[in-house]
Amino acid sequence: MNGSAETGFEPVILVFTCNWCSYRAADLAGTARIKYPPNVRLVRLMCSGRLDPAFVLKAFESGADAVVMTGCWPEDCHYRIQNVKALRRFELLSRVLVGLGLEPRRFQRVYASAAEGQQLADAFTRIVEEVRMLGPLDWGRPARPAVAASRVPDRPELVEASA
Amino acid sequence: MTPIAKHRFAMYWASSCGGCDISVINLGEAILDFAEHFDIVFWPALMDAKYADVEAMDDGSIDLTLFSGSIRTTENVRLARLLRQKSAVLVAFGSCATEGCIPGLANLTATDDLIATAFEGPSTDNPEHIRPKPNWASNGFELELPALLPIVNTLDQVVEVDYRVPGCPPETERIAEVVALVGAALDGKATLPPRGSVLGAGHSTVCDECRRERNVKRLERFSRIQALPPLQPDLCLLEQGLPCNGPATRDGCGAKCPSAGAPCIGCYGAADGVTDYGARLLSAFASVVDANEADDIDRILDGLPDPVGQFYRFSLAGSLLRAARTPRQQAALAGVAREVAQ
Repeated sequence: MNGSAETGFEPVILVFTCNWCSYRAADLAGTARIKYPPNVRLVRLMCSGRLDPAFVLKAFESGADAVVMTGCWPEDCHYRIQNVKALRRFELLSRVLVGLGLEPRRFQRVYASAAEGQQLADAFTRIVEEVRMLGPLDWGRPARPAVAASRVPDRPELVEASA
Repeated sequence: MTPIAKHRFAMYWASSCGGCDISVINLGEAILDFAEHFDIVFWPALMDAKYADVEAMDDGSIDLTLFSGSIRTTENVRLARLLRQKSAVLVAFGSCATEGCIPGLANLTATDDLIATAFEGPSTDNPEHIRPKPNWASNGFELELPALLPIVNTLDQVVEVDYRVPGCPPETERIAEVVALVGAALDGKATLPPRGSVLGAGHSTVCDECRRERNVKRLERFSRIQALPPLQPDLCLLEQGLPCNGPATRDGCGAKCPSAGAPCIGCYGAADGVTDYGARLLSAFASVVDANEADDIDRILDGLPDPVGQFYRFSLAGSLLRAARTPRQQAALAGVAREVAQ
C-alpha cells in the first residue's frame, strides 16, 4: 500500500563497503557510467570485518530503511578471514533483527570484488526496489520521547570538576 | 550533645518488583549507620507517605534519591518528574531504572496484546471482557487510575539522571559504598565523579572478575545447561558451550553466577564504552563460532533459540532500538512523545 510510485516514497539505504573490494566496485560503476539509484548511501570501512553490529542498529535508529553489508568474496579478504568473522556477526545480528520484527530484506549482504561494478549496481537496483515495496521503516525517530526539561537542582560543589 | 544535621534521603519504586528495596534493607546493621546520617523523608516500600508531602518540599531539598523501577505508567512519569525536581542527586537505581530490565521485555509486544494476555489468557475467566480503564465511577466517586505508556521507558528517557547504579538488584555491598560516598560528598569530605557516571560497579566485564580459566574459544555448538555433560568446575562456561553473558556485562557483582556454575545473564548491563549491550554481546558470541560457511554458522547459531532474549534480557528498553517493530507497536510509538510530554 505504501510501496508504489504514487506515494513518492524514496527509501534511504545505508551500504557499508570494504575499502579493497566493494568500494572499488562502486567506484568502477561510477567511472564506467553505470547507473544505480541515488537512494544508496555508501560508508567506506577498511573491511566488512569492521562492521560493528551497533553501526547497523544505529543506522536503523537514525532512520535508514535498509542496511546492506558488502564485502569481499570468501577467500578474497585483504585481511585473510575478517570477512568470515563479519559473516558470523551478520548471521547472528539478522536473527536478532528478525526477532525484533524487521523484514529480512531490510538487512542484506552482497559480495562484490573490485571488478564487479556492474554486479554491484545491479544488486543496489534490486535492493532499492525490494525496499520500496516494503515501505518506510521509521523505527527510531517517533519512539523517542523528549527528556523532560525539569529543573536539575545544581549542586556543583558535590561533583568533581571535569578535566 | 547537639543533634547532627542529617541529610535527607528518599527511595522510590516505579514499575519494579521491590527487589531493589530489599537489597538496600539487606544492609542489615549497617542501616543503623545509615539512619544516623540520613533522614528518610520518602520511601513508600518502608513507610507511609503521600505524594502531596513530597510536592510540599522545597526544590532540590532531598539530598539523595534512589529511584528504582522502569517507567511504565503515567504515574511513574509523574513521580520521576517530581523527584527530579526535589532531589539534589537523583540516582537511577537498579536495572529497571537504568535499562528497563525484565519489564522492558514488554516492548516486544503491542500494549493491547499484553493487556489481552493478562485479562483474557487461557487461565483467566473474563466473560464480560473487562479491561483496565483510567477512569471509573463508583458510588458517586470518580476514581482515576494511571494509564500504561505505549512502551516501557528507562528513567533517563524521561528525566535527567545524575548517576546510575546497575544490577538486578544492585549488590548490597555496592549499595553501602554508594551511600557512603554520597554521604561523604554531602559532608564535604569527598567529591562525586562526573555527572552521568556509573556508581557501585566496575568499569570492565564480568569475565575480568570471574575466576574460571579462560582459553581461546572455538564452539561447534551452543547448548542449554541441561543438554551438557556435567560442567568442568574451573573452566570458562562459554568454552564449555554454555551461552554466558559475561563478555559484555559490567563487573561489580563478584561474578556470583559463574562461580556457582550458572551462566551470567547480564543483569549489570553494558560495560564501559558499550553503545548497545546486545550488539556487543552478539559480536562476542559470533566470534567464538567455529565455522566459515553460512550453513555451518547457521547450524551453530540454532543453539541460541531466543536471540533477542539472550542479548536483551535486561537492556531492551534502554537499547538503541528500544522496542520490537510490530505494526501495532509502530502506531502506538507515534504517540509516545505526545503522551510522555503531557
